[in-house]
Amino acid sequence: MNSAVLQDYSGAPLGAPVYELNHVSKTYARNRVVALEDVSLTLRKGSFTSVIGSSGCGKSTLLKIMAGLIPPSKGRVVLQGQPVTGARRDIGMMFQQATLFPWKTAVQNIVLPIEIRDGPAAAKKAMDKAYELLDVVGLKGFENVYPNELSGGMAQRASICRMLITEPAVLLLDEPFSALDELSRDMMNMELQRICREQEATAFLVTHSIQEAVILSDEIVVMKPRPGRLAEIVEVDLPRPRTLDMMTTPKFGEIVDYIRGLLDKGEDM
Amino acid sequence: MTDVKNNPISSEQFEDTVWTQEVAFIDSVPRWIAMTFVFVVFIGVWQFVTSFGLVSPIILPTPWETLMDMIFVGKNLATGGYMLTALWITILEVIYGFALAITIGFTLGVIVGETAFGEKALMPYLVAIDTMPKVAFAPLFVAWLGFGIESKVALAAFIATFPIVVGTAAGLHAADENARMLFKTMGASRMQTLIKMKLPTGLPQIFTGLKIGAVGVMAGAITGEFLGGGKGFGELIRVAASQLNTPRVFSLILYLSLVGLALYMLVTWTQRKVVFWHKERVGDYDG
Repeated sequence: MNSAVLQDYSGAPLGAPVYELNHVSKTYARNRVVALEDVSLTLRKGSFTSVIGSSGCGKSTLLKIMAGLIPPSKGRVVLQGQPVTGARRDIGMMFQQATLFPWKTAVQNIVLPIEIRDGPAAAKKAMDKAYELLDVVGLKGFENVYPNELSGGMAQRASICRMLITEPAVLLLDEPFSALDELSRDMMNMELQRICREQEATAFLVTHSIQEAVILSDEIVVMKPRPGRLAEIVEVDLPRPRTLDMMTTPKFGEIVDYIRGLLDKGEDM
Repeated sequence: MTDVKNNPISSEQFEDTVWTQEVAFIDSVPRWIAMTFVFVVFIGVWQFVTSFGLVSPIILPTPWETLMDMIFVGKNLATGGYMLTALWITILEVIYGFALAITIGFTLGVIVGETAFGEKALMPYLVAIDTMPKVAFAPLFVAWLGFGIESKVALAAFIATFPIVVGTAAGLHAADENARMLFKTMGASRMQTLIKMKLPTGLPQIFTGLKIGAVGVMAGAITGEFLGGGKGFGELIRVAASQLNTPRVFSLILYLSLVGLALYMLVTWTQRKVVFWHKERVGDYDG
């Protein structure tokens, strides 16, 4: 891998390593299933990495370990020079469902991480920032609306704000838009790219969609199942910023085909 | 039409095709008419059965007799007569019983729903007691607590506690995996997760338990009075029945049902205020 060709969202060379996984393995004690075997991975500052693979390849186990939700059986997990041994303030997470709480308004939902970590007074102070973030994702005017009045896409935008409010060093995205229809999904992916660029975020996306992975990522981690392990890390050298038009270019098609080939090979095992 | 060759049947030869969707008459009847209809049929059948002597007047009074007695009882209640005193005793039993059931039921529900220990240690016993016919405990409560209000409160609370336990425990399990993961990633403590996420998420189920409990508490209080005497409304019903004063029995039951209805509506109203985000359908009994 030649990192000289990698560029971040603004076109500058990629920054220092933010998140490092060294020979991480996970065996579930209960049924002795090896979910993850010897995974090593580095996320650089401002980079966008996707992980793709068929079900059972250990994607979600990997994500849970990176989020500090479950411990690895072997290996080192280090974020910003600090070992990850539990939930961390500098990790932001987003799920397939927006998971907004219906008894809180949009802004109240967004400041919830602050409320939990620093108490209601700090949450109140963070309100201004929540308003700004809602503006960034295009939800100005919906600050005091309850989630059941928001569409699926709007709810996911609000949950992006909730993820960003603590200014995390790394964003872990667990198929964030897979519950949306295809049109909203494409649009949200472009939004995500823009937001990541503006916030200079380091992002790690779990997805089932090769197209989505290619259009968003600098690097795509292709995984094989049983046991879950790395097959290959594919670099995407499409220029930044990406646009939806790029999805029709031959280069895009080439990368998609290549990854599909890798995934098919994985299926045979 | 010049272009008739290519387009032999032009849509322009028609008027606007506005048409009405047919709705069957029986589905379009407004609620109040439907309710009145059932009421009139009910009274009609009742009148028919009594006025043609199909049923002995001792067993079933006429609607008119019942109405007259309702007015009599209503007057007694409105003027603060002995019936109001009796009704107040029953209302107190219901209030104390419900309060006790909520306190115990909610506490047990949180222990069972939140801790694995509570689930393992308490749930089997709770299920075992719940399957017992709880009314059969009435003589025990009378023996332990006497013929006063206490034994009725105890029976009422005993019956209403279990649905509240089950509702609360089920409510605490209602939060989905994502919400739990989210709270974990935010570094929330167990208490924070319980208070800020699990309890609010479970409120619809908790209120379902409260509603079933509200119905049970009424039944418990009256059963307690039937079996343990006292000075409540149930005692008035029992005495009227033993004198074969069926119009009185009917009208007392009707007034009593108003108390039960009021309690049920109080719970429903509170639910609508507290769980404002949860739209409940009519007749939605299990959340």
